[in-house]
Amino acid sequence: MSATLTIERLTIGLPEGADRPFAVENVSFDIDKGQILCVVGESGSGKSMTANALMGLLPQGVEVKSGRAMFEARDVLRLPEVEKQALRGAQIAMIFQEPMTALNPLMRIGDQISEVFAAHGLYTQSERRKRALDLVREVGLPDPEKIIRAYPFQLSGGQRQRAMIAMALALEPKLLIADEPTTALDVTTQAQILKLILDLRKKRGMAVMFITHDFGVVAEIADQVIVMREGKVVERGDAASVLHNPQHDYTKRLLDAIPTGKLPDARKLSDTPALEIKNLRKTFRTGGGLFKPVREVHAVDDVSLTVARGEVLGLVGESGSGKSTLGRTAVRLVTPDGGHVMVGGVDLAALSEEELRRQRNKVQMVFQDPYASLNPRQRIMSALTDGPINRGVPKEKAQAKAKELLEIVGLGADAAMRYPHEFSGGQRQRIGIARALAMEPELIIADEAVSALDVSIQAQVLDLLRDLRERLSLSILFITHDLRVAAQLCDRIAVMQKGKLVEIGRVDEIFLSPKQDYTRQLLAAVPGADWAQTEEVPA
Amino acid sequence: MTIFAVVVSRLSKAILTLLAIAILNFFLIHAAPGDPAVVLAGEAGAADEQMIEQLRERFGLDQPLYVQLGKYVAGIVQLDLGYSFRQGAPVAELIADRLPATLLLTLTAFVVSLVLGIAFGVAAAARVGKPSDTVLTTMALLFYATPLYWLALMAVLVFSVWFGWLPGFGYETVGANYTGLERVLDIGSHLILPALTLGLFFTAVYMRMARASMLEVSQLDFVKTAKAKGLSDAVIRRRHILRNAILPVVTLAGLQAGQLVGGAVLTETVFAWPGIGRLMFESLAARDYNTILGVFLVSAAMVILFNIVTDIVYRIVDPRIGARS
Amino acid sequence: MWKRFRSNMGAMIGVVLLISVIVIALIAPLIFSDGPWQMVQRPFLAPFAVDGLPLGTDTLGRNVAAQLAYGARVSLLVGLVSTVVALLIGVPLGALAGFYGGYVDEGAMRFTEFFQTIPNFALAIVLVAIFEPTLTSITIAIAIVSWPPVARLVRAEVMSVRTREFVDAARLAGLSKPRILIQQVLPNTVSPIIVMASLMVATAILLESSLSFLGLGDPNSMSWGYMIGAARTVIRTSWWLSFFPGIAIVITVLALNLIGEGLNDAFNPHLSRKGKA
Repeated sequence: MSATLTIERLTIGLPEGADRPFAVENVSFDIDKGQILCVVGESGSGKSMTANALMGLLPQGVEVKSGRAMFEARDVLRLPEVEKQALRGAQIAMIFQEPMTALNPLMRIGDQISEVFAAHGLYTQSERRKRALDLVREVGLPDPEKIIRAYPFQLSGGQRQRAMIAMALALEPKLLIADEPTTALDVTTQAQILKLILDLRKKRGMAVMFITHDFGVVAEIADQVIVMREGKVVERGDAASVLHNPQHDYTKRLLDAIPTGKLPDARKLSDTPALEIKNLRKTFRTGGGLFKPVREVHAVDDVSLTVARGEVLGLVGESGSGKSTLGRTAVRLVTPDGGHVMVGGVDLAALSEEELRRQRNKVQMVFQDPYASLNPRQRIMSALTDGPINRGVPKEKAQAKAKELLEIVGLGADAAMRYPHEFSGGQRQRIGIARALAMEPELIIADEAVSALDVSIQAQVLDLLRDLRERLSLSILFITHDLRVAAQLCDRIAVMQKGKLVEIGRVDEIFLSPKQDYTRQLLAAVPGADWAQTEEVPA
Repeated sequence: MTIFAVVVSRLSKAILTLLAIAILNFFLIHAAPGDPAVVLAGEAGAADEQMIEQLRERFGLDQPLYVQLGKYVAGIVQLDLGYSFRQGAPVAELIADRLPATLLLTLTAFVVSLVLGIAFGVAAAARVGKPSDTVLTTMALLFYATPLYWLALMAVLVFSVWFGWLPGFGYETVGANYTGLERVLDIGSHLILPALTLGLFFTAVYMRMARASMLEVSQLDFVKTAKAKGLSDAVIRRRHILRNAILPVVTLAGLQAGQLVGGAVLTETVFAWPGIGRLMFESLAARDYNTILGVFLVSAAMVILFNIVTDIVYRIVDPRIGARS
Repeated sequence: MWKRFRSNMGAMIGVVLLISVIVIALIAPLIFSDGPWQMVQRPFLAPFAVDGLPLGTDTLGRNVAAQLAYGARVSLLVGLVSTVVALLIGVPLGALAGFYGGYVDEGAMRFTEFFQTIPNFALAIVLVAIFEPTLTSITIAIAIVSWPPVARLVRAEVMSVRTREFVDAARLAGLSKPRILIQQVLPNTVSPIIVMASLMVATAILLESSLSFLGLGDPNSMSWGYMIGAARTVIRTSWWLSFFPGIAIVITVLALNLIGEGLNDAFNPHLSRKGKA
């Protein structure tokens, strides 16, 4: 097989003052015709820089220092700008991570596709239109006639990503670069897009360079894999051997850190509930002005569930399923329209604002975004002691407790006097956990608490939660979109869809014998599901 | 929402706003030190006893405040802005005479400043960091800090007094009695200096906005997509960045209309341009409060109308707004 | 932050210019002990025509240099005080509107919109004309026409900060709403307010000078706008009488704008206009 692209000893320099001299150092690899190469790495590994270098899209200050990238017997890194431009979109095409922002908001989808032909001076106006229509059809967008006249804001995230792919395929490129194209999508949409890429590869025989941080995705589509870390390739090989027989420590650690679907042993649960949610309802209304119709969204629709003392209940669902609203309602950040939230014999849903403030400590929350969940202008100490002092705990005692908690979450007591910007994302999540614990809650709600973290950091935070669960017999409602993460930590799992509770059961029940179609769909959509299963059920 | 519904809702809001301004006017007169009748007649002694009596009667100044307010507002609804005893004519008539000149000046200045501002802003953004960008941004910074009226005076001094290139006074050549095209050209030559000096400050404002907006949009993801498609930088700038960047500039420019009308008072004063701004200035010296308040109300109406037009243009140009609701 | 500000050449030029203007304003009574109204020589003296009168004399034979120095006092005072007053109106209103939302927001924003629709210079003219021009009425009029953008900015900032998770965390800590607003939210909106305030002082100085130019200045205080207005009729013969006060205004306003921009760049390093990706 002939290589479509051969990269030899590519080194990309970062501007002065960056945390390291090279974004990418001495990287070599080939991609053959019709082959999918996955470039895997955590944030900052240099995987996207490699792709941007090939496309001539490097940010200012970042430049190729040495090496070559041979494509069709030419070094694409050294081509004059005019030739690079002719190559882009025609021979090498690229799709990006954020379908929401990667399309021009003021231009119709059809025009954005036709533009590719125009850029390369091909076809007449009407022919471009016809071809755009064919492409829209090929990537499986519904109602193509309507779609090409639509603006991006009228499309869903998955549809936009399909439109992006249509653009990328317009001129039948020999190489498609996909930079985390499914990261921003829901699992079921992600599964569809991955399938689309596989189909198109088969049909058109193009080479694909697929950048991802997710080994599940790798298991799903990769032929070849390279693993990058801090700008260097640490491991390479075909997909099966990298996944099942990793050589480098880093790869092993990454793979270990991935929730594999290996199910933890079921634990004995207490009979006393920490949280009882009964018939909870929350409806959001928007619009309703003089000329606007009212729109109703039933975010939480008659949901009842219980979290036992010492239990971790996973609440999973796709975006828009209402899982976050349920969590926010349970802590009464959102006031429900109906139903009860019973914690320690008190119905939080029924309290007045004033009573609520005194009962706030009962349920605490760990948030998703480590960069938004701490006040940048407040020292860690006051973030951890504001609540307890407000409850009447003497200042010295609250501060001593805060230091103790910082030790428990693995940061050390001297973290107390510092400001949030001095900590990394993973460290901030630990602070968030300590802050929740400082209130001595009966229940903690973790809302996508590890979703924003790199896998290896994610694993550390999950370890911490598991450890705290044992040591403090914490009750946790763990909200996540990621079934694999839920499987690692939770005792039971509840599945939500469109505001309703679809299914709830022990982890092994949900994973091995799901009763509802939707649960089965979700499980099937998990990237690399089969691969994870093979590890779990010995063949 | 259809455009029609937008227009209806905006217009009804505009009418409410104007009513509120009318009420504000009423209370301002009453809050002014001294007898409102005397104030209205022009307290510098121009009013004789008879006039003041007439005013008392007309506004019913011996009646309760709300009755007076009702009468005042009812008058304004019928476009009765009161009587200027100084000029011996109804204020509405005075303003109607002067309004065309102001409209000509402000609209010309607006178009000139928007076109120049966007052109310079786009040019500067395209050459960011280069000497020509530095020159343009420095110029903008200077004009942004220059008082309008002083710039106007200096322009008169240089182009009218020293070089004698352009007329620096009035709306047309007095006594020339031009007709047809000759008259248009004559008015045009009188318009150049006032429109440019009024427009230069706003050119600086729009240029800074346009430049910042271009740079901001050029950082967005879809620009990278366009580049990945193989489009040339020039095409990307024209088709993708420009339109996205100009939209907010035009909206903000619409919101600046109030400042433009305010600036017209100064420009018209310097150039003796016979618009409502000049009328306001003349009334200031004469303490002709009826006229001052009348001009105030009419200029607010102009600004509101302007905002409605911008809003509608924006809705037509941006597909997202019309469909969102 | 301070380091970024200091390395901004424009901002440092602004600081030097502004400090010079402030110093001149402060020492004006020391160097020109006669005050700005005293006739010192015959009128219409050109600059440097007579020793000790570097900028000449005006239509009444008063020392133009002294007038300029005293004018700086008025400009700075009015600019600063009116900005403070505008902040006192705009910050609380915007903060309440943004934080509490709902009807509070609706009401506050209608009120703000109303004031923003009115052409602000025209309103300032009306207010000063009706309440008689004094330093107080001028300052208050400028504040009244300047606060709406503050309210809108603070509202937008508060609304964006309010949705951040640390505010939820503060609610879960049982802190009261006013305490969350003052202790958690407002400190995070300070930087854009400072930037806006520095630009507002500049605008206020322009407004004050424009009012004085139209004859709506405090008759007891010498101001740059008044000087230009008074010299307008003699511009053909004595252009310098209008020229120098205008330059003084440009320098002061420019200095404040440069500082404002420098602060803005220092607060938002990622937005500073450096090249494109």
